[in-house]
Amino acid sequence: MSIIAYIESSNREPKKSAYEVISYAKNISEKLSTELIVVAINVDNTNEISNYGPDKIIVVNNQSIKNFNPKIYAEVIYQICNKNSTNHVILGGGADSKFLAPILSIKLDAGYVSNVVGAPSNYEPFTVKRTSFSNKSFCDVSILSKNKIISISSNSFEKKKIPSNPEIIEFDAEIPDSKITQASVDLSKGNISIADADIVVSAGRGMKGPENWHLIENLANTLNAATACSKPVSDLGWRPHSEHVGQTGKPVATNLYIAIGISGAIQHLAGVSSSKVKVVINNDPEAPFFKAADYGVVGDAFEVVPKLNEKLKAFKAENN
Amino acid sequence: MKILVCISCVPDTTSKINFTNNDTDFDTNGVQFVINPNDEFGLTRAMWFKEKNNASIDVINVGEQSNETVLRKALAIGADRAIRIDSKAIDSYQVAKNISNFIKEKSYDLIIAGRESIDYNGSMVPGMISEILNINFITNCVSLEINGSNATAKREMEGGIETLTCELPLIIGGQKGLVEESDLKIPNMRGIMQARQKPFDVIAPDQSEFKTETHKFYKPEDKKEIKMVDPDNLDKLIDLLHNEAKVI
Repeated sequence: MSIIAYIESSNREPKKSAYEVISYAKNISEKLSTELIVVAINVDNTNEISNYGPDKIIVVNNQSIKNFNPKIYAEVIYQICNKNSTNHVILGGGADSKFLAPILSIKLDAGYVSNVVGAPSNYEPFTVKRTSFSNKSFCDVSILSKNKIISISSNSFEKKKIPSNPEIIEFDAEIPDSKITQASVDLSKGNISIADADIVVSAGRGMKGPENWHLIENLANTLNAATACSKPVSDLGWRPHSEHVGQTGKPVATNLYIAIGISGAIQHLAGVSSSKVKVVINNDPEAPFFKAADYGVVGDAFEVVPKLNEKLKAFKAENN
Repeated sequence: MKILVCISCVPDTTSKINFTNNDTDFDTNGVQFVINPNDEFGLTRAMWFKEKNNASIDVINVGEQSNETVLRKALAIGADRAIRIDSKAIDSYQVAKNISNFIKEKSYDLIIAGRESIDYNGSMVPGMISEILNINFITNCVSLEINGSNATAKREMEGGIETLTCELPLIIGGQKGLVEESDLKIPNMRGIMQARQKPFDVIAPDQSEFKTETHKFYKPEDKKEIKMVDPDNLDKLIDLLHNEAKVI
């Protein structure tokens, strides 16, 4: 019996989400007294992983799969599950993990629950809490099958350091042929992605036009934050679709979400409701977003944002 | 070219979400159901293939009779045939398995589903179908071109967009970008009239196994009172974010 925590990597390093995934799996492995195995593909340095309590780290290093491919990655994880009598696989909420998880669930004949936001509340039957209706609600879901897959939302589970001395195993996976070819990749330049960011600075139609977005970008730079926008802004073509957050765009589960000139339509609020702290800056005191936020400033974004940026720069200089 | 579009029937995005039966069921009272937005982008893209490549479009849903209004709308937009698998949708596995059983031996070239539904948000059904039927799968798909038996698709990944090529058959999880919001079609009277004459098959589910079960819904706890900060005293905001919220 074993439980696997599959972690995503980028540039041969574990992604930030990795430690949350491992901590989540560690909690289950302690409750069920099973072995915790961390699985990583193309990762060089596993030192930090050892601080979160795995019994084993299985690394697959293979240049032929340096580009993510969901069918191949699912097959590799499946082979590792088979070798280690794995019943539980825990993944993060990243785009790649959620791409491969449904494929893996069929291979393992496993029940799969995504967007999980808390530790299991029960083990017989195995029950977890997940978000539903695009973050407008939560629900309890039980997995009835012997094998189980869980993908957890980011920022939903506390990381916990439990140093261990894991055995590190290189796994020689059989790599199937890929039927899909990556023709090209177009990386967004210099930006922090919304999924990776601790802070997101988001703006709406209140910014009046794309030419004013330097105010938003400057503030985001100061805070080391990702930039995002409301649906009308992406529909108008002021900003790329990839920045659109909300019910039909990206969900945001970040530590700090700053909404500037966004009134707060119900679809937008749903998409950002999992963020821990929300700040709203809007010149309309009646904007619905004020009802859903933690801190609010009623004021003209064109005055407040540059001023806030200068003050934050000074604050950062003092506190670093 | 034969296309199948998988349709989820979901509450309109402006719906207030409430629960009934001791919080075990979604309260449909006063709620308008629509084609899941991610599926509608896919259906609209399929219409484009119908016009350019003379493709035929079937739409499929696993659900109860009340979903037929939404499927009729898909026919009014331009799909040729609707199929409803007559079963309450319990979990993604059961839905994927039933759709896969239907697809088997039907030789669809392209199967279009949404990246996720806006009610359950599972991001599961198209990936499961792809594995059950062993066909190519691309999700978070923001662009799709078909040339003969080859597909070129763009996938939104973290930090960028990748262009992928593969052979048909292919199943995609679509989203905005496949077409733009402004390309979405509102059915006209002629479409609505024609939809009444189009084939609408109701078929029995051929398997009912499910692997997960939803017990209870909750609404988020009420938000605590907002703290307002004077725009002339932004130091206060920084102080609150640093010392109280501890996020900067």
